[in-house]
Amino acid sequence: MTVAQIVKTWTLWEFVKAHWLTLKYFFRPKATVNYPFEKNPISPRFRGEHALRRYPNGEERCIACKLCEAVCPAQAITIEAEPRDDGSRRTTRYDIDMTKCIFCGFCQEACPVDAVVEGPNFEYATETREELLYDKAKLLANGDKWERAIAANLEADAPYR
Amino acid sequence: MTPFFQGLGLPYEWAWTISTICGILLIALPVMLSVAMVIYVDRKVWAAMALRRGPNVVGPFGLLQSFADGLKVFLQETIIPAAANKGLFLIGPIVTFTVALLAWAVIPFNSGAILANINVGLLYILAISSLGVYGIVIAGWSSNSKYPFFSAMRASAQMISYEVSIGFILICVVLWAGSFNLNDIVKAQHGHGFGFINGFWCNPLLFPMWVMFLISSMAETQRAPFDLTEAESELVAGYQTEYSSMAFALFWLGEYGNVLMMCALNATLFWGGYLPPLEIPVLYLIPGWIWLILKIAFGFFVFSWVKATVPRYRYDQLMRLGWKIFLPVSLLFVFLVSGYLMATGHFA
Amino acid sequence: MIQAFAFYLFATLMIVSGAVTILARNPVHSVLWLILAFFNAAGLMVLAGAEFIAMLLIIVYVGAVAVLFLFVVMMLDIDFAELRAGFIRNAPLGVILAVVLFVELFVGILVRSAGDMAIGTAGAATAVPAGLSNTAAIGALLYTRYLFVFEAAGFILLVAMIGAIVLTHRQRSGVRGQNIAKQIARRPEEATINLQPEVGKGVSL
Repeated sequence: MTVAQIVKTWTLWEFVKAHWLTLKYFFRPKATVNYPFEKNPISPRFRGEHALRRYPNGEERCIACKLCEAVCPAQAITIEAEPRDDGSRRTTRYDIDMTKCIFCGFCQEACPVDAVVEGPNFEYATETREELLYDKAKLLANGDKWERAIAANLEADAPYR
Repeated sequence: MTPFFQGLGLPYEWAWTISTICGILLIALPVMLSVAMVIYVDRKVWAAMALRRGPNVVGPFGLLQSFADGLKVFLQETIIPAAANKGLFLIGPIVTFTVALLAWAVIPFNSGAILANINVGLLYILAISSLGVYGIVIAGWSSNSKYPFFSAMRASAQMISYEVSIGFILICVVLWAGSFNLNDIVKAQHGHGFGFINGFWCNPLLFPMWVMFLISSMAETQRAPFDLTEAESELVAGYQTEYSSMAFALFWLGEYGNVLMMCALNATLFWGGYLPPLEIPVLYLIPGWIWLILKIAFGFFVFSWVKATVPRYRYDQLMRLGWKIFLPVSLLFVFLVSGYLMATGHFA
Repeated sequence: MIQAFAFYLFATLMIVSGAVTILARNPVHSVLWLILAFFNAAGLMVLAGAEFIAMLLIIVYVGAVAVLFLFVVMMLDIDFAELRAGFIRNAPLGVILAVVLFVELFVGILVRSAGDMAIGTAGAATAVPAGLSNTAAIGALLYTRYLFVFEAAGFILLVAMIGAIVLTHRQRSGVRGQNIAKQIARRPEEATINLQPEVGKGVSL
């Protein structure tokens, strides 16, 4: 042990240095985003809350092909289908269990008509578990609510698909 | 305050009782309030040093965060484990909390402004701080659960170890001041450094004692580098594991109350208490209790600062530091200080 | 009035907690009641004007000794049935001890009321001068009149401490202890080496 080391040990030099460092950081600007008031930009590919989209004329896109139900690795999607009065094939039930969903995005990849998509919304915390078991009405309402953002995102991402 | 109440026509004993109760409230309520604020400050300082923001939503700058937390805790359900020893389980947090408030009785807030101006003030503080361990030990044992029990064992060993060195450090201060009375100790620091600096910290023989006192007081209050009793990676939450609701809140308040107490003690013993830091007549225009509060606040900032900087000790390292380094060094300084005082005829 | 109230409060609590100490079934409860008894004893000493002794009682007995008691008792795994089994067998011995202690106490009180003894009473030489604080008075006595006894007590404690260490300290071989000074003194140069081995040659350290 050299003299320098002994002096360093007994003057607690390393502690002094460490505290000087943290004191410098104390006065630095904050690195974190002030979340509820500021938000980071998110990618057009962001996979958030699910939505069922409609065509511009108001007709729902989903044709009950059940590809999303088949591909879903968490088996979060449940679909029941019957022909509608006008003879087109439509879902009578389209449920997504958001507590099971792992947000892999396979459902929107599988969908041939861009009906089920994962939108940009990620702030949908609920007070009860039941509220996270989405049914068709909720998903369609989501689609109506977020249609402009979803359409813009799909358009922005289209060149890369 | 007693003469004031006597002036209202009360007999001496009643006047004394009422004025003492008023004094207790005058000290305890601000201490409780400052504990709430100090928790907020701790979180803010800790966050700032990690480049985060800390609480900033409840109230302006998040100032009311502690009260929101308190309300949340208050509304929680009190859970008492079925296998716990119910009476002791509830006494544990109460002891911790009460002990944190008791020691404030002998802290001088201004010249003569002291609730209990007793001759053995410093011994009283030592006695009270040695009780702090009981809250934790009782809580750990009565929870009837393994991790709280380990935590209780750690707490008792840790507090006993560091109390020894704190005792020797305080002896150095007492030797120099010549009194156990905290008011006299503060007076003895008047113009201690070249007749210009108020405080024992500038004394080359007492400065190392001050550093060791700071470190020991962190160990004594189980703060950051020595928070082994609640080391979450090893012991879940230590002795608090089985606690919820108000009982948990009492532990929380007691812990910060103890930290504030140690800061107050540090300010009183080494930074000149209610005296201004420098001997300049202008500084005496500011009342003494404001100086004391400023010193306590800075002491607390140091506590938070250390918490944000230093990683947690390992338990055997903690014991090694206490028994193999602090104890011999503080003993050596008792020897040096008393030798110096004898040689220079300090008390002749 | 306040003094009388405090005295009766402390005295009653002390007697009650002392009784519960020996009556409590759980040893941990016993220790806690004992601590309460210490406390009230300290309170009584403060009332009697011996604040230094009162504080020392709390620091030493409550702060250190009782913690060690608690430490040991907490870790005991006690079978209460087994404890009670020996009660009848040991009862006569206990009764005899109790009688002896009681008689001693009684005799002590009788002797005390008969008149002051020569030993252990405050004579003129040891009376506390007025204006001297409790702590200073005890210090002045300990370091002058009773210096030899005081130092001897210190030596006895030192011998006891060394004895305990000698009895319990074992030199164990094969233990890989930590030498912190050595660890801190280690530099990168002595801890790492930089080699450029050829392909397929490997490194031998």
